[in-house]
Amino acid sequence: MSRLHVVSGKGGTGKTTVAAALALALAADGRRTLLVEVEGRQGIAQLFETEPLPYEERKIATTPGGGEVHALAIDPEFALLDYLHMFYKLGSAGRALKKLGAIDFATTIAPGLRDVLLTGKACEAVRRKGKDGRFVYDSVVMDAPPTGRITRFLNVNDEVAGLARTGPIHNQAQAVMRVLKSPQTAVHMVTLLEEMPVQETADGIAELRADGLPTGGVIINMVRPAILDHEAVEVAANGQRAAVAKALSQAGLGGARRGGMAERLVDPLLEQAREHAERVALERAQRAELTGLGLPLHELELLTDGIDLAGLYRLATDLRKQWPT
Amino acid sequence: MSMDVAPRLDIDVLLDDPETRIVVCCGSGGVGKTTTAAALGVRAAERGRKVVVLTIDPARRLAQSMGIDALDNIPRRVEGIGGDGGELHAMMLDMKRTFDEFVEAHADPERARAILANPFYQSLSAGFAGTQEYMAMEKLGQLRARDEWDLIIVDTPPSRSALDFLDAPKRLGSFLDGKFIKVLMAPAKVGGRAGMKFLNVGVSMMTGTVSKVLGGQLMRDVQTFAAAMDTMFGGFRTRAEATYRLLQAPGTAFLVVAAPERDALREAAYFVERLAADQMPLAGLVLNRVHGSGAEQLSAERALAAAEILSLAIDPADPDDAPANADYPPANAAEGSDPAKNRPGTENLADCGFVDPPSGNAQARNPSAADPDVSPTSADTSAERLAAGLLRLHAERMQVLGREQRTHDRFTALHPEVPVAQVAALPGDVHDLAGLRAIGERLAVPLERTKRAAG
Ligand SMILES: Nc1ncnc2c1ncn2[C@@H]1O[C@H](COP(=O)(O)OP(=O)(O)OP(=O)(O)O)[C@@H](O)[C@H]1O
Ligand SMILES: Nc1ncnc2c1ncn2[C@@H]1O[C@H](COP(=O)(O)OP(=O)(O)O)[C@@H](O)[C@H]1O
Ligand SMILES: [Mg+2]
Ligand SMILES: [Mg+2]
Repeated sequence: MSRLHVVSGKGGTGKTTVAAALALALAADGRRTLLVEVEGRQGIAQLFETEPLPYEERKIATTPGGGEVHALAIDPEFALLDYLHMFYKLGSAGRALKKLGAIDFATTIAPGLRDVLLTGKACEAVRRKGKDGRFVYDSVVMDAPPTGRITRFLNVNDEVAGLARTGPIHNQAQAVMRVLKSPQTAVHMVTLLEEMPVQETADGIAELRADGLPTGGVIINMVRPAILDHEAVEVAANGQRAAVAKALSQAGLGGARRGGMAERLVDPLLEQAREHAERVALERAQRAELTGLGLPLHELELLTDGIDLAGLYRLATDLRKQWPT
Repeated sequence: MSMDVAPRLDIDVLLDDPETRIVVCCGSGGVGKTTTAAALGVRAAERGRKVVVLTIDPARRLAQSMGIDALDNIPRRVEGIGGDGGELHAMMLDMKRTFDEFVEAHADPERARAILANPFYQSLSAGFAGTQEYMAMEKLGQLRARDEWDLIIVDTPPSRSALDFLDAPKRLGSFLDGKFIKVLMAPAKVGGRAGMKFLNVGVSMMTGTVSKVLGGQLMRDVQTFAAAMDTMFGGFRTRAEATYRLLQAPGTAFLVVAAPERDALREAAYFVERLAADQMPLAGLVLNRVHGSGAEQLSAERALAAAEILSLAIDPADPDDAPANADYPPANAAEGSDPAKNRPGTENLADCGFVDPPSGNAQARNPSAADPDVSPTSADTSAERLAAGLLRLHAERMQVLGREQRTHDRFTALHPEVPVAQVAALPGDVHDLAGLRAIGERLAVPLERTKRAAG
C-alpha cells in the first residue's frame, strides 16, 4: 500500500485541487495525512482559505470521523538550512550564506540539489514515527511539479550524481531514491479529456516507467456530463424533426408548425447537439487513449461554480468512493 | 448586461498595416496563445504578408501540420500557405540550442567549450525558470535582425503568468549579475573593500562547507561556471535591454490572449496594466474559446423547466429532482458497493443515446457506472427524450454563456478602452491548417456574424 502519493499532470489540469482532495479522502476514518507543496506558490493555503503556510507542518482541515489533514509548504532554502544544521551545526554561518544569496544561487544553478532537498523532506515525513512507534502520518500527498518536469524532479539520484559523486548529499539522494522507487510511492497523473493533457500524461507515464518510478492512477478531472451522442443527434435530425418540434411545443415552447417558436428552435438546438456530440466523440477517443495506459482511472466532475471548500470536500468524497482500499 | 461596450479589435487592419512588424501573443497557460499566433500567421500570409511565426511548445499535431516538428531552431517555409506574394515561415523554439548559440557567439571558442561542458551550465540552459522566456526574446531579436520578413509573430512560453515573459529575462540577467556570483568570481576584490570583510569569511566558509558537503569537484565546477559566465554578463544585459526596447517600438503590437474565465481574465487585466506602465503598445484582447448559441432567446431556466415537463411525461415514476449527493463522508452503505448505486437521480438512459445523468451538472459520471461506448438503439429513441436532451444541453450552454458574459463584463468595466476580438470555441482541438484558418476567420469576423452563419 503506497503512503507517498505524488500528484503530477499538465499545468492547470487541477494538480493542486486533486492533491488536496486526495489528502482529504485519505484522511477518512480518523487517519492523518500530510499535504505538501514544493513550488512556493501557496496554492494549498488559497484552496483551504487560510493564511500563507509557514515552513512548518500545521493542521488545516479535519474530516468527519476524526481525520486530520496537515499541510507543509516546503521551501528549498529552509530545507537546506535545516539540513546543514542537522549535519553540520551551522547556525549563524548558514544565515550569512543565505544573506549572501549563496543558497538561492546553489539551489538555482543546481535544480537537482533543490529537488533532493524537497523530496528528502517529503520522504522524511513518510518515514517519521512517533514515540509509540507508529507512523506520524498515514499518508503524505505531494502537489508535485507538472508532467514535463516530474521525472527529473523525482530522479534526484541521477540529477545529483553528476554533481556530487560522494559525500552526504550523495548518500541523501540515494536514501530518497530508495523510498521513491519503492512500492511505498505512487505517482498519479491528473488530466483533462483533451488532446494535449492526455498526450502529456502518456509521455509522462512512459518516462516514469522507463526510469523505474512507480506509477499510480490517472485522475480525469473536470469531466462534463455527456448528454447526447452522434447517433442520437442524427436520429433527431433525420426524420424526427417534426416530432421533436411537437415535443418542444408540448413542453410549452410555442408552436410546432412552420414559423412557430418550437419549430424555429429545432435547428439551433440540433446544431448545439452536434457540437456536443463531437466533443463526446473526442472525449471517448481520449478516454480510450488513457485506458490504453493500463492504469486505474478515476474521474472527478467539473464543478461549474468553481472550487470552494464545500466543492473540495465533494471532490474528496467522490475520490474516496473510487479509491482502492 | 454591461454598460461599457468594448471597441472591437480589427485583426485584419492590424495584420494588413505594413507598419506592424512584430505581434506578440501573451497570456496565461493553456488559453490558446500558440494557436492564436499560428492562426494569425496563416491569415497574414494569405493576405499577402511575408510572415514568420515563432512558436514555443506547440501541440505535437499542430507542429506536424506546419512541418516544424523537427526541432532545428530555424524557420521553415510552410507549404500551401500564401497568396498575393505572401509567405508563411514557422519555427519552434529550441531553448537549449538558442542558449548554446548565444554562448558560442559571445565567448572565444575555448571558453565556449568550457561553458558548454560545465554541468551547471547544462542544468541552467535546460531548466532554469526564465531561460525559455529569455531565449524567446533572444530569438525574436535574431529574427528581427535578419530583416527577411515583414511581420514576425511571437508566441510566448507556457507560464502561469503572462507577466513572466516580461520579467523572466531580467530575472535571469540579475541572477547572472548577482552578488554571489561576483563573490565567487573575485573574492579578493570584493572582500578587500572596506566593510565587506565579512564576505571573505562567508566565502571561505561557504567554499569549505560546500566542498565538505558536495565534494571539491563541485566547487571547482561552480567556480568555472561563474568565471565563464562572467565574460558574458555584458552581453546578456545589453541584449536583454535591446530586445526590451524593440518591444516598446512603434511597430510592435501586443495581443493578450485569455479564455473567458475568471483566472485567465484576471491575469489579462494585470498584463494590460503592466504594458501601459512599461509603455508597450497593446493592440487588444483576444477572448478565445467563447461560446455562442443560435437560440439565445430561450433562457436556461425555461429550457430546464421544459425538459422537466418532457421527462415527467416519459417516466412519471422517476422525476430527476432527487437531492444531490454531496454529503461527506459517504454514507456507510457506500462501502464496497457499486458507486453508481449510491447516486440518487442517476438514470441509466444509455440505451437510447443518453449516456449520462439527465440533470446535466449535478452528478458526476463514474467510470464504472456507465459504459460510454454503449451504442443507442434508435428504435428506443423517442422524440420526447431527444427533445429533453436538446433542452438540457441548451440550458447548460446558456449557463456557460452567462458565466462567460459576466467575467467578460468585469474585464470591460476595468478596461473599457481595450479593443476585444472574440473567438468562438471549436468543438475539437485545433491541429491542422484548416483549423488555423477557421480560427483566423473567427478572429477577424465579429462573433455575432459567425454565430448567425453557423446557426
Ligand atoms: N473538478 C473541478 N471542477 C471545477 N473547477 C476545477 C476542478 N478542478 C480544478 N478546478 C479549477 O481549475 C483551476 C486549476 O486548478 P489547479 O490550480 O488545481 O491546477 P494546477 O494543475 O495545480 O495548476 P498549476 O499547473 O498552475 O499548478 C482552478 O481554478 C481550480 O479551481
Ligand atoms: N478557439 C478554440 N477552439 C477550440 N480549441 C482551441 C481553441 N483555441 C485553442 N484551442 C485548443 O486548446 C489547446 C491549448 O491551446 P494552445 O494554443 O496550445 O495554448 P497556449 O499556447 O496558450 O498554452 C490546444 O489543444 C488547442 O487546440
Ligand atoms: Mg498547482
Ligand atoms: Mg503554447
